[in-house]
Amino acid sequence: MRETNMKKILISLLFLLFGTSAYADCNIKSGSINILANDFPALRTFVETAKGCKGSADFKVTHSSEHNKIAVPALTANPSEFSARIAANSSIVPLMNQDLIRPLDDLVKKYGKGIQDSQLITIDGKIMAVAFMANTQHLYYREDVLKELGIAVPKTYEEVVAASEKIRASGKMQYPYAAAYKAGWNLAEEFVNMYIGHGGEFFKAGTAQPSINNAKGVATLNMLKKLAGLSNPDYLTHDSEAIKVEWESGNVALMTLWASRSGTLLDDDGDAKITAATKLTGPATVAGGNIPAATLWWDGFTLAKNRSDADAEATFRALAHAAANKKMVADAADQAVWLIEGFKPGPKSIGVIEAVKMRAKPYPMLPQMGLMHGALGSEIVEFLQGKESAEQALKDVEAAYMSKAKEQGFL
Amino acid sequence: MPNKTFFWFFLPTGLAMILFIGLPIISTGIQSFYAQHDQVVKEVKKCDPFGCTVSIVVDQEKTSKIREEKPLGKFNGFGTYVDRNHLAIEEIGKFWNETNSFGEFVDQVTNLPFYKALIFTLTYCLFVTPNVLLLGFIIALSLNAVTRRIRGPLIFGTILPMIVTPLVGSLVLFWMIDAEGIIGANLQMLMDDPYLSLKSSKTLTWITIIIYGIWHHSPFAFVVFYAALQTVPQEPVEAAIIDGASRWQRVRHIVLPHIYPVVTFVALISLMDNFRVFEPIIGFSAEGSAQSLSWLIYDNLVNEEVILFGSAAATSMMTIVGIAILLAPVLIRTWKEFRTAR
Repeated sequence: MRETNMKKILISLLFLLFGTSAYADCNIKSGSINILANDFPALRTFVETAKGCKGSADFKVTHSSEHNKIAVPALTANPSEFSARIAANSSIVPLMNQDLIRPLDDLVKKYGKGIQDSQLITIDGKIMAVAFMANTQHLYYREDVLKELGIAVPKTYEEVVAASEKIRASGKMQYPYAAAYKAGWNLAEEFVNMYIGHGGEFFKAGTAQPSINNAKGVATLNMLKKLAGLSNPDYLTHDSEAIKVEWESGNVALMTLWASRSGTLLDDDGDAKITAATKLTGPATVAGGNIPAATLWWDGFTLAKNRSDADAEATFRALAHAAANKKMVADAADQAVWLIEGFKPGPKSIGVIEAVKMRAKPYPMLPQMGLMHGALGSEIVEFLQGKESAEQALKDVEAAYMSKAKEQGFL
Repeated sequence: MPNKTFFWFFLPTGLAMILFIGLPIISTGIQSFYAQHDQVVKEVKKCDPFGCTVSIVVDQEKTSKIREEKPLGKFNGFGTYVDRNHLAIEEIGKFWNETNSFGEFVDQVTNLPFYKALIFTLTYCLFVTPNVLLLGFIIALSLNAVTRRIRGPLIFGTILPMIVTPLVGSLVLFWMIDAEGIIGANLQMLMDDPYLSLKSSKTLTWITIIIYGIWHHSPFAFVVFYAALQTVPQEPVEAAIIDGASRWQRVRHIVLPHIYPVVTFVALISLMDNFRVFEPIIGFSAEGSAQSLSWLIYDNLVNEEVILFGSAAATSMMTIVGIAILLAPVLIRTWKEFRTAR
């Protein structure tokens, strides 16, 4: 009896050992890994998982919301400060423009077991990044407030405006709507979303000539202004974090925010009543369009070009381990919409899944898009403040963009 | 001091200045005359989790060849200086011809990023510098008059704004003037206007930043003036008292002339500092309403995903020129006094 018991224990122990080692074909012997990433929970989980397989390699990570400002200078250095950069559709573009990241085809072939084909970002036939999660901005609403006032969950921005006006008229909330309208990157992102929702194109086909000064651009600005009028008057200083705080203090009933932030809104911190009434829905459409006024984003990893092959290999193995990790996906199912095999979408992924179903467009990955984004962020502010007309603001955006694009050699 | 001694005395500092200030300025100057090479782009197929599309990327093979030949970029002369995001010569000419009234012309010009920033920067200098001098002087005079026993703690309290890191100081005020903050909410009550926001109105943002600037810089003026006040000779002051001069007359005719060189010094430093105003804009998240020249440089370097070295360098050079112009009257005056003194 006893012997058979011992045998069982031994077998199960062996099985356990074997089971875990089947995961980690990743006892990395040498090399140094240094990762630059944005700072939100899902990315922390991802990097932590990669760390679990570092073996005897040196492992460092920098999580920073200022990652965009660091990335290009840090990867331009030779050797590069970071061996890997967790990038997204927009932030991979400057790296591509400056030729700072390396193709991953060989590494994927050698160590990419478990990574799905759909995760691979291929440009001109070469794999440049491996995506692991998807993101978008979508609507959040307070179920209790909408129910009490008999308002249906809004599906279009026109309905969002009507609902917000109704909430304000009821005296329940003074500023019922919130979105990250902070002058600069955030505000520009809201414009991009809304403009795409109107079916607009940023450039004349096949060129880097801007083409936003049109009826769609004007309609976009007018809608942004309407929404801004329903937001806290300090909206030009509010980023994602600030509106999250507004939401948690119960000042807001409708909000456009990143899907990746849903985890922190729905966790146990803060007022339980607000958390319980916080519901997610897909992104809204606008002006009768059928594609949502939102952009789809992926987050994935890229490897620095200016770094030794040994480091690149070690880094790839560790990150690939995370990018094909069913256990991580199961454990952290509510942190993100993972693109990894085995992901079962939970209630917090509704926003992204709806956006994909509604055929939302991905953020435009054009080499000159960053310049347009930058020009938008500063030039449309005066329109929102009521200091200039929509046409003038759009003219300013185009002019500011053109000067920058000329300096960068795009025009 | 004989010239030779002075030379050897100054040499280490001079070398360090050339190395760490002179050369970088020259390099920035050279950079400002160059732009990026024309981008060679090509159409490629791009696939991501959301599907495949035909898109455009920079052709690295061709680009790297051009870059290797001319690493500095394409020579652009004063092209960057006169483009729309800087001096905007062409645009201003156009506005002049197209606008009907002078007011409209000014409106159009101040809508250009460089002039917008220049106006804020100059307004900031114009309001902050004299107020800093005045406030610093008043505080120094008053503190000089209080009894010695409580002077120490008072001085410490007064220089606190200077000790606090600018960013922290501005953030504290930023939260206080929030619509939900202690100052913001009370102002709304006082004015009986629930939509009043110090942060959304351009004028109010400017006023906030200027008040913050005065608060932050006054201690510096105070410290220098206070030290200078200690050197005011007592005999003429006592003589004046006996002659029946009022306190104001004593300050006006004895103290002020005595510390006059120090006032010039503080004015110079203040002007230079204020012309480079930057931290409060970040601290107050005031990018939307107030941009300074320094902020433009920062914006070119970090806010875009693409770094605009040429733009940033051109703005830097113009900031240096701007400071030189601002300081010129004071410098010329000091020089003249120096000559007559010799």
